[in-house]
Amino acid sequence: MSHTVAEKILQAHTSDDASQPGRIVRCRVDLVLANDITAPLAIKSFRAMGARDVFDRDRVALVCDHFTPNKDIESAEQVRAVREFALEKKITHYFEGGDVGVEHALLPELGLVGPGDVVIGADSHTCTYGGLGAFATGMGSTDIAAAMALGETWFKVPPTIRVEMSGTLAPFVGGKDLILKVIGGIGVSGALYKALEFGGPLTSELSVEARMTMANMAIEAGGKAGLFPVDEKTLAYCRAAGRLGDTALDADPGATYERVLRIDATGMEPQVACPHLPDNVRPVGELKGLRLDQAVIGSCTNGRISDLREAAAVLKGRKVKKNLRCVVLPATPNIWRQALREGLIETFMEAGCIVGPATCGPCLGGHMGILAKGERAVATTNRNFKGRMGSLESEVYLSNPSVAAASAVAGEIIHPAAL
Amino acid sequence: MIVTGKAHKVGDHIDTDAIIPARYLVTTDTAELGSHFMEGISADWNARVSKNDVLVAGENFGCGSSREHAPLAVLGAGIPVVVAKSFARIFYRNGFNMGLTLLEVGEGADKLRDGDQLEVDTESGIIRNLTTGESVRCAPVPSSMQDLVDAGGLVAYVKRRLTTGGH
Repeated sequence: MSHTVAEKILQAHTSDDASQPGRIVRCRVDLVLANDITAPLAIKSFRAMGARDVFDRDRVALVCDHFTPNKDIESAEQVRAVREFALEKKITHYFEGGDVGVEHALLPELGLVGPGDVVIGADSHTCTYGGLGAFATGMGSTDIAAAMALGETWFKVPPTIRVEMSGTLAPFVGGKDLILKVIGGIGVSGALYKALEFGGPLTSELSVEARMTMANMAIEAGGKAGLFPVDEKTLAYCRAAGRLGDTALDADPGATYERVLRIDATGMEPQVACPHLPDNVRPVGELKGLRLDQAVIGSCTNGRISDLREAAAVLKGRKVKKNLRCVVLPATPNIWRQALREGLIETFMEAGCIVGPATCGPCLGGHMGILAKGERAVATTNRNFKGRMGSLESEVYLSNPSVAAASAVAGEIIHPAAL
Repeated sequence: MIVTGKAHKVGDHIDTDAIIPARYLVTTDTAELGSHFMEGISADWNARVSKNDVLVAGENFGCGSSREHAPLAVLGAGIPVVVAKSFARIFYRNGFNMGLTLLEVGEGADKLRDGDQLEVDTESGIIRNLTTGESVRCAPVPSSMQDLVDAGGLVAYVKRRLTTGGH
């Protein structure tokens, strides 16, 4: 029988029958993740369950990246609770200091997630690792606590929507635009309870970082997971991250899909998601003249080195519009160092950007770039829910890094080629 | 479980930022989270809710973050049952894990209006609209979820497994 990528990975982690959508299967997990918002609840549940030890101290990652560096006493208390738990259980992969980065950029970079893995995280954007060919999905803290104790969890095998991508990408158009196009097409509940499997001739053209950007936003269409095939590019990325023994992976020919969605990238403009849902997507050209107060470049969606390079290429020799804040947050310390070595940090600062630490910060309205009433931001982040970045009367527009950078210069949403 | 209370209606795609904005995620206290329930819609939304009222939502309720603070905020506001056209996946799991019962009624939700008095039987999946006299039926809670609820939620379920399963 032919299987989708999701079915193949789940089947490799269970003794139940994962051959058909709808089956409930109990799966071993390769990594369990929580952050400074969700780990405190998971720890509370873990203790209430009467669990003594985590199933494998090398397979639990606790990444304090949301409200860190701690923005107030309460967030410091949350991190303290996570730190104490990590010390007590001798958790190998605990991060809060100079080694912390935005979790979904950090774990792939450290080689902690990879092809064929089943990863669950108490964070909805855990699906990012699908860019590396992992079945990765977000859950709540109590599910995570149970998995920390048992090393397993249950899944309903999802039906799969195949996204077949073809054509060529124009300058300033990339993975972010492709995924916004998909979400705009199927809507924020278009993949509810389902897996999105990306494929087609354009796939091999996309960098591994672009694939992670796309898998990251599968959840914005309601998806359980976003999956890419594992090819030579993936394997090279994984080897560079210190992983050995990964192998190629793809759907079987003739696998059954609930639906096939075709995206031809030829002639596609950069895409922008307008307030207040990620499916309110329009080509950038239609939004010309929209005045901005802030631009944010970073997050688990677009805070990687290729994103910073794109933004810097636009900002080089230019200045951010007076009275507009352009916040740049490299997603991990390694990305920060690389950006420093390449001169990108200097480019950002010369342009008048605020370059901050590796943190989720403004993406979720946490800190370091909160919007006042009536303010409007363009952001390379993944959500533009009402009040997401601050005041309920503020607005967030989602774009790729080139568009965000160009818009920071123009003070309004603009196509980078029109600067 | 039979819940009798007033319906509070919300639309499609009510996200977790609307249910509990990120600035309140510095606590895990149910009552405290409940006091800020739906502040992402408006600051005074919560004031009209009484204990045992029923939330009636549109499509994709609870989309967005995995924050378990969201179902906790619903429970903290005194609401034991949410009836929706559909739920976001992570929220659906979290709801049952936290002891919040969720009923997926599809288009039937349109027959329930804001302010209607409802009697919700979670076991049979029958929602009686005491104001209009109409009833809405939906699939009862799936047995796998019911097992979890019967065990007292996921914490109790795992506790039992850990004490009997040799972990």
